[in-house]
Amino acid sequence: MSAVAVEGVWKFFGDYPALRDVKLAAAPGACLALIGRNGAGKTTLLRILAGFSRPGRGEVRIFGGGPRETETRRRIGFLGHGISVYDELSALENLTLFARLYHLPEPERAAREWLERTGLTRVANGLVREFSRGMRQRLAVARAFLHEPSVLLLDEPFTALDDKAIAVLQGLLRGALADGKTIVMSTHQLREALELASDVALLSRGQVAFHGPRTPEMVADPGYVYARYGEG
Amino acid sequence: MDYLRQFWVVSVKDLRAEFRTKEAINASLAFALVILVLFSFAFDAADLEEAAMNEISGGLLWIAFAFAGTLVLNRSFVRELPNDCLDGLIAAPISRSALFLGKAFANFALVLAVEMISLPVFGIFYHVRWASQFPELLLVLVLGTWGVTVIGTITSALTVNIKLREVMLPMLTYPILVPALMSAMQLTTRLMAGEAIGADTGMWLKMLIGFDVIYTSVSLILIEVVLIG
Repeated sequence: MSAVAVEGVWKFFGDYPALRDVKLAAAPGACLALIGRNGAGKTTLLRILAGFSRPGRGEVRIFGGGPRETETRRRIGFLGHGISVYDELSALENLTLFARLYHLPEPERAAREWLERTGLTRVANGLVREFSRGMRQRLAVARAFLHEPSVLLLDEPFTALDDKAIAVLQGLLRGALADGKTIVMSTHQLREALELASDVALLSRGQVAFHGPRTPEMVADPGYVYARYGEG
Repeated sequence: MDYLRQFWVVSVKDLRAEFRTKEAINASLAFALVILVLFSFAFDAADLEEAAMNEISGGLLWIAFAFAGTLVLNRSFVRELPNDCLDGLIAAPISRSALFLGKAFANFALVLAVEMISLPVFGIFYHVRWASQFPELLLVLVLGTWGVTVIGTITSALTVNIKLREVMLPMLTYPILVPALMSAMQLTTRLMAGEAIGADTGMWLKMLIGFDVIYTSVSLILIEVVLIG
């Protein structure tokens, strides 16, 4: 069974087809890099996978379950454009809140552990509204990883991170892959993404222009996929 | 048990966030007090006879509460907009109805707090003996406030992504609230006059309870569609 299966998905915004007959799959333990120009449909697809939006046609399955089923939601970690943490709460309060929402047995302990893993322990009690953009993004990463999801859906996860934080995130993603978790990640930072990816899917104007295993050429030249299959 | 825990976690989160900023409660309380003071000038409460004052008291009070409550209710889902926090809540494996009830309960607590502070001020400005039937008045306040908050919370979810939500929320909320507000006004007027809820006013109480039960049930059924489509 595929960890993530997208079967003939269409999504319309009014009359405009943002996604056109998208078919994709990611095996358990795979890391699928979802690449494409702005407006290609990456975020739309990730939001459908996360259950935030219904496809107009077609179907998505996460380990065989619909993305809106409670058990499926427990298995998904989503990091979107918005960081989904509350400015009025502290970093510790935010993570403890989400640990409770995900029914973790020791919410505060889990929250403190992830603050440490993302290098935010010293600002644990600081309000998020006082954080820099990079710190907020690290907290968002911690929130997405907190409940040990088996599928990580990451939309531009390297945005706003400095070199050190990128290295931390790459370490977390490598650890997740080593634990057998599945990652679907949209990004424009091809070098970082292709280092981790086992598979690559190129979206172009809402359609899958390429979907297959990552090859050495892609790592050597991150622009290779665009040049070979995309719009150049 | 899990359901109650989910409901409680969402409620506490909303209340904690509100008490940090005090945006909604300060605005709502100030608005309620200003309305009550302005109405007291308009009706010249000092010169009105006690019977006449009692007759209009329920209407005045609930108009002030309904208007002031809107300011709290407007913030309910708007609070989730910065940083796409609503995505985080929707993604969590919690029941949507627990999410709705958690938010509704937090709103209920805030609106009721505004009402409890406004009530003595109302008594002072309008020379109304509001405490004479307090347990029954409290029951009416609780039932009426729940009606206002349950409709306001579902409407807040419905209008959260609309640019003119501050206008749309009261436009959608008040017409639906007419039966609840009518019942609460009638009951409050009688209680302010020192009368207990009896056979003649029991119908209004039943209508208020029925309104709360029906609209809470409808909201719980609709919340998934309202939030995600």
